[in-house]
Amino acid sequence: MKSNTLTRDAASPVILPPEKTLLDMLYYMKLTRELEFRIERKLYRQGKIVGGVYVGRGQEAIAVGSCVDLRRDDVVCPSHRDMGAYLIRGMSLRTILAQYMARKTGATRGKDGNMHMGDLSKGLIAFVSMLGDNVPVATGIALSFKTRGQDRVTLCFFGDGATSRGDWHEGINMASVFKVPVVFICNNNQYAYSTPLERQMAVENIADRAEAYGLPGEIVDGNDILAVWDAATRAIQRARAGGGPTLIECKTFRMTGHSAHDDAGYVPPELFEFWEERDPISRFERFLMDRGFIDKSGIDELQRRINHEIDEAIQIAEKDPFPEPEDCLKDVYY
Amino acid sequence: MPLTTYVEAIRQGIWEEMEKDERVFVLGEDVGIYGGAFKVTAGMLERFGEWRVIDTPISESGIVGTAIGAALMGMRPVAEMQFADFISCAFDQITNFAAKCRYRWGAGVPIVVRGPSGGGVHGGPFHSQNPEMYFVHTPGLKVVCPATAYDAKGLIKAAIRDPDPVIYFEHKFLYRRVKEELPSDDFVVPIGKAAIRRNGTDITVITYGAMIYIALEAAKELEKEGIDLHVLDLRSLLPFDNEAVLESVKKTNKVILLHEDTQIGGFAGELAAVISEQAFEYLDGPIRRITAPNTPVPYSPPLEEFFLPKVSDVVRVARELYAY
Ligand SMILES: Cc1ncc(C[n+]2csc(CCOP(=O)(O)OP(=O)(O)O)c2C)c(N)n1
Repeated sequence: MKSNTLTRDAASPVILPPEKTLLDMLYYMKLTRELEFRIERKLYRQGKIVGGVYVGRGQEAIAVGSCVDLRRDDVVCPSHRDMGAYLIRGMSLRTILAQYMARKTGATRGKDGNMHMGDLSKGLIAFVSMLGDNVPVATGIALSFKTRGQDRVTLCFFGDGATSRGDWHEGINMASVFKVPVVFICNNNQYAYSTPLERQMAVENIADRAEAYGLPGEIVDGNDILAVWDAATRAIQRARAGGGPTLIECKTFRMTGHSAHDDAGYVPPELFEFWEERDPISRFERFLMDRGFIDKSGIDELQRRINHEIDEAIQIAEKDPFPEPEDCLKDVYY
Repeated sequence: MPLTTYVEAIRQGIWEEMEKDERVFVLGEDVGIYGGAFKVTAGMLERFGEWRVIDTPISESGIVGTAIGAALMGMRPVAEMQFADFISCAFDQITNFAAKCRYRWGAGVPIVVRGPSGGGVHGGPFHSQNPEMYFVHTPGLKVVCPATAYDAKGLIKAAIRDPDPVIYFEHKFLYRRVKEELPSDDFVVPIGKAAIRRNGTDITVITYGAMIYIALEAAKELEKEGIDLHVLDLRSLLPFDNEAVLESVKKTNKVILLHEDTQIGGFAGELAAVISEQAFEYLDGPIRRITAPNTPVPYSPPLEEFFLPKVSDVVRVARELYAY
């Protein structure tokens, strides 16, 4: 099985999603971008968020493009740069912001911070820091669908660095042996903290690893939301129909430091410039305008709406209470 | 003389051993170009080159296994876990391969596995843990937890020179908060030896890591009301300084066991057993434990504050025990 290398400049798969989906894609990408901007550049710097903050600026097309068409009863295992998945699955802005600001109303009620959040009722599995741990878990989720005859699928996200963990390989292999309905999606942003890809692995593509485990591997331009959507849709359909797992590698770039306290001084500036020109949001905006789905004023209006939604949510979350100290003792069995 | 921080002391200790002994090298995630997430290995790549300061893939099990192999061939690897929490990903290599070589076939595995542990920095459940007891429970390992810059440097040197696997837990809360003047000579702190941090007569507090500062602060408060704490810093948990523990109990006849780790299966339980087996007749009161509750380390500041043992806890328990 050869991974098919796909290079395309203009975003234009053969079949386009319906107009509503296209506009949803734009909304969720822009919402992700603005929300993470507020989190990283405002709330964190104002000291309203303590601890670590990681954002997915430049990678918004991946979570949004792959989750936008999921069914409510499907399940997503996001990683640490997949904010769009939470938004699409219906976690509210207030819940997310309260989570980041360590409030009782946050997704983990203050037990954990930042993107370490989940909600089974929304099919969202909370990430643990140990990279790659979610891969065998996703396999297990898919196994439960298969053995109970349900046509649900699970999506599992991770970075390029996470594919170096043994758990990643074990989970992918088991999914392939069991032929369970899971789609593995790699955000290959070419750096793992300060470590560039060539120091992470000796093969050229993450998708090349699929061959060793006997599942299809596909490479897409992760900054082209339609390419992501196209690949994800095919893989999801295949999984739902009993065709087994797929590994999709989305080539992208981390447009920030590793976390809010990292200036990414080790990344050559030309790389940022190169990828800035391929920004997934402005590219998609151009595409939608060229095709007449939206115009400049429509985009401005959308941005205003997003700003307003986030302003409102911040105002509420900021007034939300912190947990009571004794809440520390809740939810452990002893 | 300038003051040296705890984090700089670790760096100096590794650096000096690398200068002296070509067999010593470091490996881990982001230790080279970046100098480590907490800058423990800053500048080492430039000085020692890429084969002695090795940036690795995100493969904790691979890192430790690689270290073991090189150590069996006579090298002295120092493996970094970016956060001590991630040592769980290398558990098998440490507890089965490294720990059981000498016992089974006489082969020493002189590796050091080190990383930042502990809470107090709002790191949440996966960047704040104190994983020492998983390894204290494993025969064949050594486990150290320095609390001062002097010990941080002296123990990392001792760990590197040790012929067996040493798990070295540094406390990230102390990295830049504690500093002291360090001697310029080539000193080591022997593994397995405790240190008295405060001499006192009424109650002994046996502790380690960041909690020594909690004990010392409590001692200052209690001094005002005439309660005189004796503070023993274990420094090493495996092996631990059994003799120093007994001596300190015999001296004050009352004892508080304090640690940041959770209670069930924490080191205090082991110490309590040792004390009651070996010094029961010297006790004038119950052995008291002050530890974190049996929960993960929570993220939100009020929860984390509740979780971590506090000066007020030590003061309260000491008063009760004093009155006993
Ligand atoms: C098992 C494990 N080791 C180390 C870390 C520390 N760490 C957090 S993110 C990160 C880099 C992750 O790189 P990648 O998987 O490529 O995702 P990216 O951050 O680039 O999106 C590292 C080393 C971790 N979280 N888990």
